[in-house]
Amino acid sequence: MKEQDIRGLIGRVKRGDMSRRDFVRRMVAAGLTAPVAGTMLAHNGVAFAQSAFDYTPTKAGGGGTVKLLQWQPASQLNPHFAVGSADQHAIYLFYEPLASWDEDGNLSPILAEELPSLENGGVAEDGTSVTWKLKRGVTWHDGTPFTADDCVFTAQFASDPETLAYTMGTYRDVEVEKIDDHTIRLNFRVPTPFWPDAFVGTRGLILPKHLYQDYPGAQATTAPMNLRPVGTGPFVIENFVPGDLISAKANPNYHVANRPYFDAIEMKGGGDAVSAARAVLQTGEYDFAWNLSVEDEILDSMTAGGRGEVRLIAGANIEHLQLNFTDPWTDVDGERSSITTEHPCFRDKAVREALALLVDRAAIAEFIYGRSGEATANFINTPDRFASKNTSWEFDIEKANQILDAAGWERGRGGIREKDGVKLSLVFQSPTAGQRQKTQTVVKQACEEAGIAMELKAVAPGIFFSADPGNPDTFAHFYCDIQMYTSPMREPDPGLFMQQFLSSEIAAKANNWQLRNVTRWRNDEFDELAAAAAVEMDPVKRAAMFIEMNDLVVGEVVVIPLIYRKVAAGMRTGLKAPLSTWTSYLWRVSDWHYDA
Amino acid sequence: MASFLLRRILIALLSIIGASIVLYAVLALAPGDVFGELVSNPGIPPDVIANMREKLGLDQPIHIRYVNWAMAMLQGDWGYSLVNRVDVGQLIVQRIPATLMVVGTAQILALAIALPVGVLAAMRPYSLFDQIASTLAFIGFSLPTFFTGLLFILLFSITLDWLPFIYRSDLEQTGGAWIWAQLRQSIMPVTVLALFQAASWTRYVRSSVLEVIKLDYVVTARSKGLPERVVILKHVLRNALIPVVTMVALELPVIFGGAIVTEQIFRVPGIGSLLISSIMANDTPVIMAVTFVFACLVILFNLIADLLYRWLDPRIKLQ
Repeated sequence: MKEQDIRGLIGRVKRGDMSRRDFVRRMVAAGLTAPVAGTMLAHNGVAFAQSAFDYTPTKAGGGGTVKLLQWQPASQLNPHFAVGSADQHAIYLFYEPLASWDEDGNLSPILAEELPSLENGGVAEDGTSVTWKLKRGVTWHDGTPFTADDCVFTAQFASDPETLAYTMGTYRDVEVEKIDDHTIRLNFRVPTPFWPDAFVGTRGLILPKHLYQDYPGAQATTAPMNLRPVGTGPFVIENFVPGDLISAKANPNYHVANRPYFDAIEMKGGGDAVSAARAVLQTGEYDFAWNLSVEDEILDSMTAGGRGEVRLIAGANIEHLQLNFTDPWTDVDGERSSITTEHPCFRDKAVREALALLVDRAAIAEFIYGRSGEATANFINTPDRFASKNTSWEFDIEKANQILDAAGWERGRGGIREKDGVKLSLVFQSPTAGQRQKTQTVVKQACEEAGIAMELKAVAPGIFFSADPGNPDTFAHFYCDIQMYTSPMREPDPGLFMQQFLSSEIAAKANNWQLRNVTRWRNDEFDELAAAAAVEMDPVKRAAMFIEMNDLVVGEVVVIPLIYRKVAAGMRTGLKAPLSTWTSYLWRVSDWHYDA
Repeated sequence: MASFLLRRILIALLSIIGASIVLYAVLALAPGDVFGELVSNPGIPPDVIANMREKLGLDQPIHIRYVNWAMAMLQGDWGYSLVNRVDVGQLIVQRIPATLMVVGTAQILALAIALPVGVLAAMRPYSLFDQIASTLAFIGFSLPTFFTGLLFILLFSITLDWLPFIYRSDLEQTGGAWIWAQLRQSIMPVTVLALFQAASWTRYVRSSVLEVIKLDYVVTARSKGLPERVVILKHVLRNALIPVVTMVALELPVIFGGAIVTEQIFRVPGIGSLLISSIMANDTPVIMAVTFVFACLVILFNLIADLLYRWLDPRIKLQ
């Protein structure tokens, strides 16, 4: 989709000829994430839609206790200390950000009076500052009023290196300035097109200054609030056993009228996904369970009783194959996959193209991932297969054979192709998980029919995803030809996500394999696009750049996108809950209810 | 006696030090660390993670980390959970009640089944009762707890809908209702564990009693005209139970170690599930503390078993 087309569409939304939803869908189809599409509209003067969630209860309370299962349990309740997504979810019961993302990727105000935009002057034209107006009349659970000081303090808290907050990266480059008690301004060093990061979503939860100020720096870990949070959220902590359960009761002074509906909430951890699904869908012991990575057939049999249902929530997790552009089998100064080498097979684009044709995405999606995944040709997001030609995919062994024949890869002994003494024999690794090993087998079979020998390797996830410089089996070392895993785009902006293809980000021994370009692909055009997108304030131009970047990595077969994954949630029949994968699924837990 | 005790305590101390070194080394050499999930998150710059690692001392060489850990442990500092960001001691204390409740009850129940069944079976070897008891015992310890656990859940929770299969440590009921709810949720995990344990203990009690019951002094006791009850309780059991007592003593640390599989299936928030979740999260201080405490208990109960054995059976020499 070209810049002009996008402008046209925005015009139609402005005139009311096209719904926001359709616009977002078109943009998503073109390879953008929903939040970016929403931001694009906002930048052009179309306000973010208030999430269209039908909240029917007419008063707060009366809903009894709602029981949640999150089988990966929460371990502590300081939003800036969370090391995994499990904690990030639970914390939303108690703490809130200024704004958060809904399921469609629209920004929705929570502790902000309104969303900053170009029209209301909240977002500076040059992108170097954003002004937030805070909601008035909000109090912390202990009755202290919530003010701009809390925001300023949260930024200081997170950016202090002694605190060891994982959110440090979000806050250290932002200067937070208090304008008055209910206004703050965020000053950025460089134009920041994607400004909804600090104080927004998972990393934006605001801490109470009056309590945390006594625990600066390293002392933060001893703060009792890490286990007994005092926030502004819809629920007040009652009991917390790390790794096991959280129980909380409704906040009687919650700042949104008639909410929350439930009088109490209980969140239980531990166990496994299958039994969590069973407790919600089959026995109805619990009301809700998150992240049910359970096989389709099992879910079907569980929902047959009609006690519960499965909801799939779209996100931006992409299961994909990565091709190594360096030689993983040659040692250069104690390092394999060195940037000074070239992959003996993949330097020929024909081999990469043939490989892309040998991945039977339809079969993998249907038989291995079931309802939790959709086949895709696009790295950034779901493609609209019927609209976009340059992001289409096909499975064609015949064609792959033709391409390889034409490129001079001839079948040698044992049917394995070779050219100039290089054999088409590849090693394919992925972290252990039932679905991945099945996928590997499917790919291997097709490759063998095309004369490509393939050796499969499964690595324990703990090793594969570790940052251990001494372990050759991590994804960052990439000491094999192909690897496959899910890349989570937790950030609702592809800027950060696409950094993994930058020449300056190449993972190597020199940087202890800490950098993110693990395919070691280098492309000047991509680098220029990324640099331009990083400062481009016009969302339409920026969007076009991301689409181009996506087409580059897919067209050059740096990655072979496979499955666009969804998160499955189990809900008791009748439970109404706005969910989201762009942030915690509990981002609007205040609105959860059963219809009367 | 004193020198025996001293020597045994010295050996126990050495074993504890050895165990701690082995445990620490294994954990340090295991791949991955607590920041695994952060590493793959593009929103977190590598230098932020490097800073966290440095501040927590994870970048130091293993022997220095071990010495630091050991010194802290000597002063009663159990360390600090990297994931939960609280003291490990606090975490363990929170988990002990559930484990004691479930695993402890299961052990008592197992003993209550194994003793009478084993003795009765041995009194009439190869009778119908013995045959049935032996068959059941074989089935019992051939079926792993994860299998019987799932079987129980399928039968009692899903098909019959009688019992909850998620154990909660914070029941809201009080008084009688609390006891009832506690009972309902404990039945399945306790039974699963108890049956497994009882099966092997029954076999043990049976063979032990069988050995003693044939001895001359038992025949003498019988021929004196003592009632069978007195013969069994006073003469047979007392001697037959000596090896059983030591075996039970050696099993006691398990009560504190928890039952990893069963706790996981029924979501019992005990030590076993703490250990599993810490291993999943690579939370080394917690894994270290739990396994080390377990190692200490095993060594301690070995010592106690030795002393007990010697006290019960004076024929056993100190050497």
